[in-house]
Amino acid sequence: MSLLRTFDTGMRGLLGHRLRSILTTLGILFGVAAVICTVGIGTASANSVNSRIAALGTNLLTISPGTTTSFGVRGGSGSANTLTMEDVSGLEDKQDAPDVAAVAPVVQGTATLVSTSSNWSTTVQGSTPGWLITNARTLSAGVFFMQQQVNKHAQVVVLGATTAAELGVTVGSQVSISGAPFDVVGLLTTSGSTGFTNSDDLAVVPITTAQDQITGGSPGSVQRILISATGTGTIGSAYLEADQLLLQTHHITNAASADFSITSASTLASTAASVTTTLTILLASVAAISLLVGGIGVMNIMLVSVTERTQEIGLRKALGATPRDLLRQFLIEAATLSFVGGVLGVGAGLLAGVLVPRLANIAVTITPTPVIIAVCVAAGVGLIFGVYPAARAARLAPIAALRAE
Amino acid sequence: MVAARAARADMTAEIIRLVEVSKVYGTGDATVRAVDDVSLSVQEGDFLAVMGPSGSGKSTLMHILGCLDVPTSGEYRFAGEDVSRMNERELASIRNRRIGFVFQQFHLLSSMSAWRNVELPLLYRSARDRRQTALNALAQVGLSTRVQHRPNQLSGGQQQRVAIARALVTDPTMILADEPTGNLDSRASREVLDILSGLNKAGHTIVLITHDPNVAGVAERVVEMADGRLKDRVAA
Repeated sequence: MSLLRTFDTGMRGLLGHRLRSILTTLGILFGVAAVICTVGIGTASANSVNSRIAALGTNLLTISPGTTTSFGVRGGSGSANTLTMEDVSGLEDKQDAPDVAAVAPVVQGTATLVSTSSNWSTTVQGSTPGWLITNARTLSAGVFFMQQQVNKHAQVVVLGATTAAELGVTVGSQVSISGAPFDVVGLLTTSGSTGFTNSDDLAVVPITTAQDQITGGSPGSVQRILISATGTGTIGSAYLEADQLLLQTHHITNAASADFSITSASTLASTAASVTTTLTILLASVAAISLLVGGIGVMNIMLVSVTERTQEIGLRKALGATPRDLLRQFLIEAATLSFVGGVLGVGAGLLAGVLVPRLANIAVTITPTPVIIAVCVAAGVGLIFGVYPAARAARLAPIAALRAE
Repeated sequence: MVAARAARADMTAEIIRLVEVSKVYGTGDATVRAVDDVSLSVQEGDFLAVMGPSGSGKSTLMHILGCLDVPTSGEYRFAGEDVSRMNERELASIRNRRIGFVFQQFHLLSSMSAWRNVELPLLYRSARDRRQTALNALAQVGLSTRVQHRPNQLSGGQQQRVAIARALVTDPTMILADEPTGNLDSRASREVLDILSGLNKAGHTIVLITHDPNVAGVAERVVEMADGRLKDRVAA
């Protein structure tokens, strides 16, 4: 019997048992839809985590001061002011640290900003022009202050979007910070809230000015140093260069007793990425199990079908069907059920991809790969689970099959 | 007797030639010789009835004659081909090309229309104009007006006529009817037997298996089976 005719026969077999065929298809349908939807949710959450981390600056390293030991009592991390402007200029040296793209020292304090119309209390950071690059930020208006302004202790400020809005000011306005007048020279583009701090609610002034008027402290010392590597690939070597350089300038021979620590956003990124990967795998395996259950459903129904149609099988054999004809017929029936279920499942999965974000506020990103894989797996599952029932049909002895009640 | 039959084979084509055929089930004390040392010859154009009560082994004989089963021992030649040692695939081909079956329970597929049922054997061979061939066969049994009917829309007699059309559609060497009237009332039985007689008169070779002497009476030759053995006798 030709394959085409076997296919035709298989279709007639399925259409002859419509309700059963539809119910079997449903099992595969939900399996495939579940795979597509859960992988879509996983992909969306991975994307969202990744973009949030990218917003932090994945090639960013933060150098924090280490601990101090005074009178035998160890202070907490950051309790000592071990980082200096000398360290900053050392890191800016392209010879010693070729993989460091930008460096920005930071001192930080809280101050009340007063505009003509309003006042607002916020975080004030003192830094250098490198701040913009190392924080992966951009300006929505105006300019960032320049190195000369840092050197001159200029009374200029760059405001976060929230801060500017609260104060009702824009580029060119004046605000007073801790009583001293500052010119607003730039506004930061909104970056969204990351973690516990609102990165849109802050003011950035030249580090020299900050030390004079806001944070106090000795002019040479800084609270932390941000450095950005030349790329995500060079973050490891930038880390090593910074580490070596600071150990040297701080005259520390034993790395374990370093008076500073370097952390990177990429460690955060890789942790988050592995968490979302785990989540995706978990979701996908739950979905895969439902696909497997669907496959077993196909096998179950096909076995019922073979048992119920024993007489038909016997008759077909008596009329000249070979075992191969029957094997093919039942395999085609099983594979068709699963394939149709798979295709309908794609439809249901895509529909769910549209509905779920609206109903449950969960992002779903559907990519072609899981869709194709799910359909292929579904058809494969049907074939594999169809083999046993089909083989049983093919093996039936014609006389026994004809006599069956 | 067998020798006499065999001699005639020189003149007309011998369709069936069974030589000392046995079919044994089970082992040891449980051994059952369902068909015991049976020899039989059927010529082209014959109308043979195999008669016997249930348990006489006539069903097993019918399975062997219909190439649905192979004998344990002995030789079976069907239209010159040795089928006793054939594998399942070859048997399937013999059944498809050479034998038309009519069963007691009709064995029509309920989800298919009459003509689709008749078409069925044609699916397992290369055949053209399957629909027309099937319609012609239905016309031969007088069911041209019922081609689209499902089996459950037909009477018992009509269903069996569809089954006869299905047996005819491949133009087989032999039609093998196993208790074709077993599920029919007397009027429908008469109809079916008339059709079979008509087919025989038109040149078809028919082997009829039955327990009913009245049914066997339509055949020109009757053999009786008892305990797996065969007694030849000529119909009255």
